[in-house]
Amino acid sequence: MELTGILNYEFVQRAFLAGLFIAAVSSTLGVFLVLRRFSLIGDGLAHITFGSVAFVMLLGVSPLYITLAALPLVMISSLAILKLTQSKRIQGDAAIGIVSSVGIASGIILASLSNGYNLDLFSYLFGNILTVTRIELLLSFIVFLTVAATVIIFYDDLFAVTFDEELARTMGVKTERINTILFLLTAVAAVLAMKVAGIMLVSAMVILPPLTALQLSLSFRLTIVAAVLFSILSVICGIIAAFLLNLPAGGTIVICNIGFLLFIFGAKKILPSRR
Amino acid sequence: MSEDIINVDHLTFCYNGLEVISDISFAVKEGDYVGIAGPNGSGKSTLIKNILGILRPQKGCVNIFGRPLTSFHQWSRIGYLPQRISALNNHFPSTVEEIVQLGMKKRNPVTLKRTLDLMGIAHLSTRLIGELSYGEQQRIMLARALISQPDLLIFDEPTTALDPETRDIFYSLTHEMNHQKGTTIVLVTHDTGIIGQYARHLLYLDKKLIFFGTFENFCASPDMAGFFGSTSQHVICHQHEKTENPI
Repeated sequence: MELTGILNYEFVQRAFLAGLFIAAVSSTLGVFLVLRRFSLIGDGLAHITFGSVAFVMLLGVSPLYITLAALPLVMISSLAILKLTQSKRIQGDAAIGIVSSVGIASGIILASLSNGYNLDLFSYLFGNILTVTRIELLLSFIVFLTVAATVIIFYDDLFAVTFDEELARTMGVKTERINTILFLLTAVAAVLAMKVAGIMLVSAMVILPPLTALQLSLSFRLTIVAAVLFSILSVICGIIAAFLLNLPAGGTIVICNIGFLLFIFGAKKILPSRR
Repeated sequence: MSEDIINVDHLTFCYNGLEVISDISFAVKEGDYVGIAGPNGSGKSTLIKNILGILRPQKGCVNIFGRPLTSFHQWSRIGYLPQRISALNNHFPSTVEEIVQLGMKKRNPVTLKRTLDLMGIAHLSTRLIGELSYGEQQRIMLARALISQPDLLIFDEPTTALDPETRDIFYSLTHEMNHQKGTTIVLVTHDTGIIGQYARHLLYLDKKLIFFGTFENFCASPDMAGFFGSTSQHVICHQHEKTENPI
């Protein structure tokens, strides 16, 4: 089958569209998260997603609605991480570790309760973008619009909080509201990214494109744009590579992300500094 | 009679059950220049953070511009230069222009240029903040505090990384803003000589309020002679006399 031919299939179109929306969302949020040293929140929320998917599967929710059903639990968990990070007694990375452990532990227990490890549950571990449902595509689009609108409306506040949360408070920024919005959107992005890259690789979708963009030493605004472009390019290249080489798309997308990072990193070493 | 810009009333702040600030009350009047001094760990920065609402006191309250902090919204009237910025590292992707305009509701290129010129950083405007020296970063943060021409400026150890020349420019500028524009200034520093040189009031803190008043009162106070020892009191007062009316 020719490369252009695969685009005639509706499930491939859905995969590309959902992949692009999720890539844009996860990389945009990733810029704020990476700079605030919350890089591993994607990992923590992915583990919670594992537990949540196991729970909704145990309840017998239809596979069509599993993403939707898992969403509230992951959103609540993201707020738990936020609360724990604000605690003076627990460091941010430790807070993510706590919630992450709860997610994995409860996932394993719930999976065993449903008569051993469920094959469907394992499909979520590794992801399969080609199985994106219409509901998930619609959800990706809604989340994409929501994140785009949030970043445009609250850009100054998000930038200020990312630069320095205490300083932002003295500018009248409602930092708790901004943090809550950021963490809730990240929870939704993590659940959706699970479909693209699998639970094991969600954090890669959040961390790698911003990290690549940061190598370019751009302004804050342009760093977000560059991160989105790298993420989208990785999804396109990853899906094409997966088709041509008959490999799982989640893995190839992440490898493409790493490829871009290494390329930019290498180019920066070789090319003279612009200043 | 001038308005109270800051009013701190019986403020107590505890960290992990330990009292860091104990029952402090004082008021800063409009147009005043107050220097806050005290040894390491005396609660200077904690006091500033309580005044700005970054920390919430266990007891007492703070009013700013006549309003309780909880209902205060005119944050553009305050310029704050913190002791340390969490994001100031080599990787933070932000230009000097972006940082200086941080928090501004209405952006104006003329105001931006004037502020950058004032701080001598116009040539750095498109550079990334992470590429600059600590002293340059501090000047940028100072420009950010000044750009909205606030009525109240709060500086927490503002000149620790600055070279002597830039430090002098900084203090001359604050003096000018205070004298000519009537900007109220609160300055935290270890350097009592600097406070004596520029500030009208000294607030000495060591978890509790040791002294708040003019230098003249400080120098004439037998209590302060008892607290600091007469030699130290004399040294502080001598610095004040030596450098009075510097501009």
